This record gives sequence, C-alpha cells and structure tokens, in this order.
Amino acid sequence: MDFSLTKQQLLLKKMAAQFAAEVLEPAAKEIDDTHTFPMDNFKKMAEIGFTGIGIPKEYGGVGGSTVDEIIVVEEFAKKCMSSAATLSIDLIVPHLLAKFGTEEQKKKYLPRLTKGGEVASFALTEPGAGSDAAGVRTTAIYDPKTNEYVLNGTKCFITGGSRASVLVIFALTDPKKGTRGMSALIVEKDYPGFSVGKVEEKMGLRGSETAELIFEDCRVPAANLVGQEGKGFKLAMMALDGARIGTGAQAVGIAEGAIDLSVKYMHERVQFGKPIAVLEGLQWYIADMATKTEAAKWLVYRAASLKDSGQPFTKEAAMCKYNASENARFVTNLALQIHGGYGYMHDYPLERMYRDAKLTEIYEGTSEIHKVVISRAVLG
Amino acid sequence: MKVIVCVKQVPDTSGKVAVNDDGTLNRASMETITNPDDMNAVEAALKLKDETGCKVIVVTMGPPPAEGMLRELLAMGADEAYLISGREFGGSDTYATSQIVAAGVNKIGVEKDDIVMCGRQAIDGDTAQVGPQIAEKLHLPQVTYAADIHKEGENITVKRMLEDGYMTIKVKTPCLLTCIKELNQPRYMSVGGIFEAYDKPVTVLDYEALKNDPLIDASTIGLKGSPTNILVSFTPPQKGAGMMLEGADMGTCEKLAGILAGKHII
Repeated sequence: MDFSLTKQQLLLKKMAAQFAAEVLEPAAKEIDDTHTFPMDNFKKMAEIGFTGIGIPKEYGGVGGSTVDEIIVVEEFAKKCMSSAATLSIDLIVPHLLAKFGTEEQKKKYLPRLTKGGEVASFALTEPGAGSDAAGVRTTAIYDPKTNEYVLNGTKCFITGGSRASVLVIFALTDPKKGTRGMSALIVEKDYPGFSVGKVEEKMGLRGSETAELIFEDCRVPAANLVGQEGKGFKLAMMALDGARIGTGAQAVGIAEGAIDLSVKYMHERVQFGKPIAVLEGLQWYIADMATKTEAAKWLVYRAASLKDSGQPFTKEAAMCKYNASENARFVTNLALQIHGGYGYMHDYPLERMYRDAKLTEIYEGTSEIHKVVISRAVLG
Repeated sequence: MKVIVCVKQVPDTSGKVAVNDDGTLNRASMETITNPDDMNAVEAALKLKDETGCKVIVVTMGPPPAEGMLRELLAMGADEAYLISGREFGGSDTYATSQIVAAGVNKIGVEKDDIVMCGRQAIDGDTAQVGPQIAEKLHLPQVTYAADIHKEGENITVKRMLEDGYMTIKVKTPCLLTCIKELNQPRYMSVGGIFEAYDKPVTVLDYEALKNDPLIDASTIGLKGSPTNILVSFTPPQKGAGMMLEGADMGTCEKLAGILAGKHII
C-alpha cells in the first residue's frame, strides 16, 4: 500500500496551487460579491489544460485520471470553492460524453469543451426531482417525421446552466416507463425553444451561477442522443457517482484552506500578551480539524483510486462525499470561531468559506441520500 | 532552428538563506525556484517556438536535484533538457560557471539559426556576468537587457531596456540574448505538459562528458578555478518598518522636522 503521489502528480499539485493562489484567490471575493461566474478564469483553466483532464488527447483533452482531477479540485478549493466547483462540475459532461458518446459526438463537442474553453452543464434536477431523481417530468418525444426529439419541461438549480454552450439534459423519451423511459440528450444553447430562466440568488457558491432552464418545443436532432434510449437514468447515476468524488475533493480543499488560515491567524493574533496559538482550547480545535480533514482526504483519494482502477466505487464515493462535506462544515465553523469577530466580517474569507462549505452537504446528493446509498450497500 | 536557454536554480528569497562554513550557499537546505529572469528567457524561447515551431532546449549547471526544475521547464513546453552536474564543477564562481556552461552549450551545438538565451542575472548572486561571459567564450554576439524580441529570418531585433531609455539593436543569429522581467509574463506549466514532462529527455553532462572541450581545464573550473573568493556571507538584519507621513502642508513638515530633530538627525 502506497499513499504517495507520482512525480507528475506532485508537479500538478504544485502548479494547481500556484494557479489557485495567483489567479483564483484574487478573484474569489469579487465573484462572491457580484454573484458572477468567472468566465475569464474559466478560459485560463482551459488554456492550461485543466478542462481536458480525463479526456483523451485525440478529442482535445490531456489525459489523466480521477486522482489527477481531485488533486486540482482540492488545490482550487483551498483558495476559491466556487472556482473548484466550476471545474469539478464542468468536467461531468465531457467525461460522460467521452465514455458514452458516439464518435461523432466526441469529435464535435469534446474539443470545444476541453481546449475550446466552452462551458458544459449537466441538467437532471427539476422542481419535483431533487433527491428523488426519478421524479423527472421533462419529456423528449421522438418525432419520426424530422428525426428529432421535442423537449418540453423545466430544469432547476443547474450549475453553470446560464453560461453553458453545451448541455446534457435528462428527459423522458417514454413517459409511461418512468426512469426506464429516461434518456440523455445533448442540447446546444442556441437551439430554438431553449431558454435560461431565473438565475438563483444563493447563500454560498456565489462565484458560480445556478440557473433554471426552460424547454418549450425545443427540437433536438436524434443524433444528439447519448447512449441508448431509455438508459438515461443509469447514465445519470453513473455520472453522479464520479461527481461525488469531485464534491468530496471540494470539501476537503475548503477544510484545508480554513485550517491554513486558522494556523496563520493563531500565530499572528495576540491576546492576553501571547499569540492565541498557545491557548490549549484552540490547539484542540486545530487537532480535531487537522485529524478529521486528513481522514476525509484519504477517503476521497481511496474512492478516486477505486474508480481509476475500474473497481466498484459507488459506496466509497457516497462515503467520501458525505464525510468530507460534514467535515467541511465542522472545520469552517471552528475556523470561524478561532477568528472570532474578524471571521464574521465580510472582508475576511472565513465567512465565505463557511457559506460555501454548507452547500457541499446539499448538492450532488444530500448527506441523507448518501446515507441511504451507504446503508443499502452495507446492509445488502 | 533551436533556442538554448541557460537557467539556474536559486534559493527562494521568500525563505531563509543558509550559508556553509566556507561562505558558499548551502543550497541543499533551502527551498529553490527557477531564477525569475531565467523564466522570462524560457518564456521568450517558448514564444518563438509557438511562432516558428523551433526546438527549445534548457540547460543548467547544478546538483542532481536541479533535474526537478528542468522537469518543470519541460512541463512548460521545452523539448529537451541538459543537466551539467559533477563534483568537479562545485564551488564555481561566474568565471568558472560560464566556462562550464559554455562547454555544455558547445556539446549541444550552436548552429547558424540558433539563439542562446539567459536571464539577465540571478537573484542569489546578482552579478549579471554569466550570460555575457558565455557569449564571449562561445564567440557569439550578445545583446543584454532584452525587453522585446522580434525574429525575422536570420535577423533579430532586440529592444534593450537601459536605466535612462531604450536602445534597439539588430543582430544576426547565432547570438546570445539576456532577458529581463519586462520582456514577458512566464506561462504556467500546462497539465498536458506535466503528464509528458517525465517522458522527455534529460541528459546529464558530467566532467567526463565535457572534459575534452578546450574550455574545460582543472585550473578554470570548480572552486579552485574560481578567481572570486568569498570572504563572508551573511543574512542582513531585518530593518524595522518605516514611518509614512502623508500631506504636503506646513503641519506635516513641522511634524517631520520634529521627528528628525528628536532622533538627533537634524
């Protein structure tokens, strides 16, 4: 058993940390304040190759593994959770297309989504389909006269939806069959009948835009079907298993970032004539924060490693996401407490990290849903 | 056409500087970075590669761990790397270093279309001597303080940034240019470049590999071949924070005069 990273991964970690400190961190407060998706920084990520991780070179990617991806997401999240989430969630669609798309779909879309710097979005959630993903009501009825699907319905809470040029939409091609009638379709932003509705005002992750998507007789070529008709639900669940590892990495990164800030503050902040780092009560906070974060981190890397080696990882992905997200809330809460009044001020990054951390317990499956997945796997 | 970039691994000045008993730097105990001006030279070479498709070769002299720096430059887009490393080369001053690096560049070979690039100076020694000395030893024309570089055929137009203005010079290849930070903003390593960096060739040139070059002579390399002797090295004591007074009114002037008088400066 070897927990060490390869030479390439150490270099990737170093470069991602440098990029996060020099490019992402300086923008973190502004994109949070203005509730804006950082398009310029997303283009920079694409130029450097971050958006091509896990995609073969022949489709514009740079190769690499799930472990490579989470190394980057973790480093980004230490400095700016919104930017980490932007990359982590953006990668879901190209990974899905690389695995299940037709050759034509891969050639047409992957270069745009990797080195092309275009945003992709994965749209499953609906007003009536959150944790109960089987509650999807959007329909995509096949029209044999034009060889197209006709999409009707509304998606909500779609990360990056307002900025995406390529979206994968989950809709019922056979509404009578429920989840077995669900299919995945590629929609481009300029297809007639597709529009972006409300862009949500959120508590955290404000450097990412979360949007409502509206489909009104939106015609989608039959060639845009991803995988087989009726297999969409399975595709969505497989994509989400992978995405959960990414969310785990976001949660680990934000916890590590909060610990870094707390350590610095405890050495600098003087009260009662001494740096507060000498106070045992706070030392115990740091001990708990560091220990739990280290444990959370290796559960995330374990799940990523299982995925890379082709082994089942659904249970581990759920465990790592559930554990890391609860830890992120725990750690950012204590970090804010260590910072006292300064931590509560908007000029300091802690309150943003606290708000951002909360979301990791909710999106990509709530903690409660993950406990359902885990308990089913354990109880059999 | 190829560009050979000479680079140096230097102590990260944001960390503490450690010194050996003989006054030389204890490089092993310090965090290291690629010398900042050298990064500008690497970026200039990579820009030429983007424009012309030329090959970029990076070369350094240093202990074996300097390979790590070379891998980072390969991850930025350089094609090949050479590490000049051997106990015989240890303790070299700028004279001896330029002798050895010039021999290394000779080994790689400078052809008619080629350019050799260096950073203006390293942040550890601040001499700005090695680049020009390499040019002299290789009998190449040199242009220092390059703030802008344009290549057209065999002609290179270089805008030099001097203390009191700019000077534009046209030079023919092969030549040596020393680069300054105003030249460009070095790119990041790319993710794809990182995945490929350890598959690219890094050739180690030791004493055996270079000993037949006329520049290499026991009396001109290493500590023994270095005319410079270091008497003492030390970390200067940190200065206290300065005091700023704002305003151009009489009150501020009187306050300043009062402070200076209080310290018996005036």
